[in-house]
Amino acid sequence: MSKPITVWDLPKEEFLASGHRMCQGCAAAITFRHVLKAAGKDTIVSMPTSCGEITSTVYPHSAWRIPWIHVAFENAAAVASGISAAIEALKRRGEIPKEKDINVIAMGGDGGTFDIGFQALSGTLERGDNVLYICYDNEAYMNTGIQRSGATPLGAWTTTTPVGKVWRGEWRPKKRKDLIAIAVAHNVPYAATATPAFPTDLYAKVKKALSIKGPKLMHVLSSCVPGWRIEPEKGIEVLKLAVLTGMWVNYEYENGTYRVTTPVPKRKPVKEYLRLQGRFRHLTDEDIKKIQELVDAEVEKINKLVGKQVIGPVEG
Amino acid sequence: MSLPGWKQLPIGVVILNPGNSVEYKTGEWRTLRPEIDQEKCIRCRTCWTFCPEGAILEVSEPYKTKAGREFKLTYKVNYEHCKGCGICSNECPAKAIAMVEEVI
Ligand SMILES: Cc1ncc(C[n+]2csc(CCOP(=O)(O)OP(=O)(O)O)c2C)c(N)n1
Ligand code: SF4
Ligand code: SF4
Ligand code: SF4
Ligand SMILES: [Mg+2]
Repeated sequence: MSKPITVWDLPKEEFLASGHRMCQGCAAAITFRHVLKAAGKDTIVSMPTSCGEITSTVYPHSAWRIPWIHVAFENAAAVASGISAAIEALKRRGEIPKEKDINVIAMGGDGGTFDIGFQALSGTLERGDNVLYICYDNEAYMNTGIQRSGATPLGAWTTTTPVGKVWRGEWRPKKRKDLIAIAVAHNVPYAATATPAFPTDLYAKVKKALSIKGPKLMHVLSSCVPGWRIEPEKGIEVLKLAVLTGMWVNYEYENGTYRVTTPVPKRKPVKEYLRLQGRFRHLTDEDIKKIQELVDAEVEKINKLVGKQVIGPVEG
Repeated sequence: MSLPGWKQLPIGVVILNPGNSVEYKTGEWRTLRPEIDQEKCIRCRTCWTFCPEGAILEVSEPYKTKAGREFKLTYKVNYEHCKGCGICSNECPAKAIAMVEEVI
């Protein structure tokens, strides 16, 4: 096995320029920084409308020091597929050297991935196009003012899952759809989850994904200050807690094998994660118990996938 | 900042100067200013890693603490762009970053 990556392996060069308009403490910005550090300068990014898009390219400015294209909400993956095909065509015609590696990344929010761009994503994965698709997941449609998406977790307040006498936040009783399982069902060679709170893990996975030809998918949990109702300095702390409570598991799928990259021998109660966020403020102990049960079931599922107990029980 | 008229815009309204967002000084958003105590800083790169703005600068400037510890690197804040979120201060393992109220 190769030496584990440390923070000192992260390249100094920044491909996401300062001056973007993401909120104070936005974890999406940290995600983008490290994705680009891993991908490097020979990279083209296709991005649908989202917080990441509107805040990084307020005309006449762009924060992207690499070629970047804004597309519609529906088709980030399709445009990335087109770019990838164009690169191949230009190589055939001799206009780009055959041996030149150019990374094509489509990067969208959870709304643009779980819901609106889902069909285009499925097409890219199904055709086997040479594209890395990254969903930065802040668990709602944040850019338009915090509406629920197919990725919003049970109990979370959003403007379309309000909290009152009848509504108690997000109502979907089951765990949200499993993006990694969906990618694996498309027979992709590589799929992984990550979060910028574990930046070397995120970096290593982007590197690995880009070294593999074909369609790859990454699902990255990314906190949001106004949407999660957290203090701006808490964005990384809350994401670390997501992993330490088992609410989020950092793992990867590679050619038939699953591997957890951040083992958690003893989990913290999920309550510690929920209580840091205003979007879960209304939850009763009974509600939290239900969420804990969902997390326990998910953890068990992942332990089964890897074939051993990598994520342990909740500490007493 | 002067904006071009529509006839001067490049086709596709392409932005021809990638990374030019640095012209926009987000430091004006800040109400709290991070201040790094060079004596306490252990040069661990955590703040640099987590800053959403890339506003922590890693400079090759040697520093010797009063206790005699020598470092090759120094971390500084780019106050033109730091938005004052406080993530660096919250994550710093040496508690070397204080968030100080901005006074105009
Ligand atoms: C077809 C279409 N519907 C709605 C919109 C408006 N819209 C723009 S961004 C956005 C929300 C994006 O949510 P998400 O993909 O989760 O990214 P986030 O802003 O949360 O980072 C919406 C609803 C649009 N641009 N196009
Ligand atoms: S609304 Fe949330 S995701 Fe969007 S820029 Fe602000 S913190 Fe980031
Ligand atoms: S996180 Fe703290 S100790 Fe580490 S480099 Fe930054 S200021 Fe220094
Ligand atoms: S306060 Fe926030 S924006 Fe400013 S340097 Fe620290 S992490 Fe970066
Ligand atoms: Mg979103």
